Amino acid sequence: MFKKLSLSALAIAGLASAAFAAGEEGKITDKDFSFEGPFGTYDENQLQRGLKVYTEVCSSCHGLKFVPLRTLADDGGPHLPEDQMKAYVAEMFVADEAANQHLYDPELEELRPLQPTDNFPAVNSAGAPDLSLMAKARAGFHGPYGLGINQFTKGIGGAEFIYSLLTGYTGEEKEEAGVTLYENTAFPGGWISMAPPLYGDDVEFDDGHATDLSHISEDVSAFLMWTAEPKLVARKETGFVAVFFLTVLSVLLYLTNKRIWAKAKRKDVE
Amino acid sequence: MAGIPHDHYEPKSGGEKWLHSRLPVVGLLYDTLMIPTPKNLNWMWIWGIVLTFCLVLQIVTGIVLAMHYTPHVDQAFASVEHIMRNVNGGYMLRYIHQNGASLFFVAVYLHIFRGLYYGSYKAPREVTWIIGMIIYLAMMGTAFMGYVLPWGQMSFWGATVITGLFGAIPGVGEMLQTWLLGGPAVDNATLNRFFSLHYLLPFVIAGLVIVHIWAFHTTGNNNPTGVEVRRTSKEDAKKDTLPFWPYFVIKDLFALAVIMVVFWAIVGFMPNYLGHPDNYIEANALATPAHIVPEWYFLPFYAILRAFTDDVWAVQLVGFLTGGIVDAKFFGVAAMFGAIAVMAAAPWLDTSSVRSGRYRPMFKWWFAILCVDFMVLMWVGARPAEEPYATISLIASAYWFAYFLIILPLLGVIEKPLARPATIEEDFDAHYPAKKDAASQPAE
Repeated sequence: MFKKLSLSALAIAGLASAAFAAGEEGKITDKDFSFEGPFGTYDENQLQRGLKVYTEVCSSCHGLKFVPLRTLADDGGPHLPEDQMKAYVAEMFVADEAANQHLYDPELEELRPLQPTDNFPAVNSAGAPDLSLMAKARAGFHGPYGLGINQFTKGIGGAEFIYSLLTGYTGEEKEEAGVTLYENTAFPGGWISMAPPLYGDDVEFDDGHATDLSHISEDVSAFLMWTAEPKLVARKETGFVAVFFLTVLSVLLYLTNKRIWAKAKRKDVE
Repeated sequence: MAGIPHDHYEPKSGGEKWLHSRLPVVGLLYDTLMIPTPKNLNWMWIWGIVLTFCLVLQIVTGIVLAMHYTPHVDQAFASVEHIMRNVNGGYMLRYIHQNGASLFFVAVYLHIFRGLYYGSYKAPREVTWIIGMIIYLAMMGTAFMGYVLPWGQMSFWGATVITGLFGAIPGVGEMLQTWLLGGPAVDNATLNRFFSLHYLLPFVIAGLVIVHIWAFHTTGNNNPTGVEVRRTSKEDAKKDTLPFWPYFVIKDLFALAVIMVVFWAIVGFMPNYLGHPDNYIEANALATPAHIVPEWYFLPFYAILRAFTDDVWAVQLVGFLTGGIVDAKFFGVAAMFGAIAVMAAAPWLDTSSVRSGRYRPMFKWWFAILCVDFMVLMWVGARPAEEPYATISLIASAYWFAYFLIILPLLGVIEKPLARPATIEEDFDAHYPAKKDAASQPAE
């Protein structure tokens, strides 16, 4: 009976995931990331590289308004040394003043400098969406055969979506109502208003890591997964501890239950 | 408390007697915990405890979440991110609360279908059943309003679609919808009242749960045979039952622990699997999502709601008969609430004198189809409203109603039930026969 129950629970989960497969979406590459699956964690170096890509390229149009700057130094994230994090914050420049009026200082009569306790600035001027949660707001590879198994084992796959989008430009352009649209194989509908942001070699890494389009796209996708789910590593650790102790508890309760019922069921245990 | 004869609490010391003559609270707890329970209950009888646990879990995590949440359209989404990033353990609290709702509904559906199979709704347990249905409705209301609080795209558009259902009621609909929303559209007033009610309803549910438990403690539990516990004497009753503590408490706790392993694996490793990515986009009244899909636990009834479009003959007939007052939209709303109403009316629709499906050879098959039907409805509820899904959902919805309104009443008349055991003891002993050579077995 118990098997049947767990099977039906699984079936329910499977049915629910079908909800994600319903949309008319573009082609998403099944890219492997270090944080996928129950054992996956973020790659610190990759997040730091992704931060650099974000800072030098994406941040001119996209904000990260929900992400506190201090968390750049957090364990399980980019884990910048404290002084590097502070230096990063000190160098930071608020491009869109109108979108960050919470920083306005009446004495200075302008925006005050950013502090580590502030969030990344918001950027609305370009009309581009905030990227804080983008990796959780998009679904990735639904396969195989649209069954959602990949999502079940590896996660919803927003980072895959971002990677596929950044590498999915075909080079085709068209103009519609005065707006230039760029063909993109990953974007729902196939045409996106964002010009290709990355071409490869857009940044240089101190560690000499490859800077071709695929690699930097991967790095910034991983970074955006972190901005969306900064507690992923801690959450999985908690999950392991809980599953372990609850398994032990289950075994103990199973034995207790067996012992208690033994007499009623006329079974000898002693 | 129960009609089953059993030992009651006897205050012994002076202090106990003093309290008992003033407030018999220990006696109440004793009788509740020691209630004689049919000893042949199977693993489908664990869901009550799981549900009670879910309610407590949701209330406790919810109260803490409410300490950090801001019910304002400009701040709600950001305050949830504040919980996820800045509140100590906030991400766990929120993921537990979010997935706790799913566990709650998995358990309640299994609990309801157990009742449907073993005839737990039949006399004398109709009141337990009806209260259960009211709890289920309150749960749906609570879950729906809770889903609006993070103020994501699905929150906003789900709220818009579902409150729009009330607008479909002829005559008073629009007025009612405006009154519910606190304005012409889903906005700050809606968010505020949903937050208030989302906090209130769980306590209403807690009260109803107490009445639910009180009701079945009065009638005694049903059991897989559907045969009543003998009430002729205390000795007879004892042969059919075992006290709830420790037998069933430990059994239920074991089941709960196993379920918790699965639950924590989901919370720890895939907390967003059952959610919708669109809800991580802040609500925007100007951008409608491509597909507005409710949470998985609403899908079967959402499918029934959408099934009755205006090209269905039944809808056209009713529309014609009512002079167009009942349109397809209102028909769908009536069908959705009707689907739950017919389930609530099961005690009076089921004409069979045999309680448990175990001894009903024809019923078994129709019930199995109902289970499949429920799954099919859940599946089509998540599909876009187009062929072939429209036809599938119409057939599946029709079966849901046919099961309760036609099959259950008819089966009682035409079905020949199998022989039932005379007592619960007989059923239990058939599963656990006495050891033939118990005496010769060496002690381990």
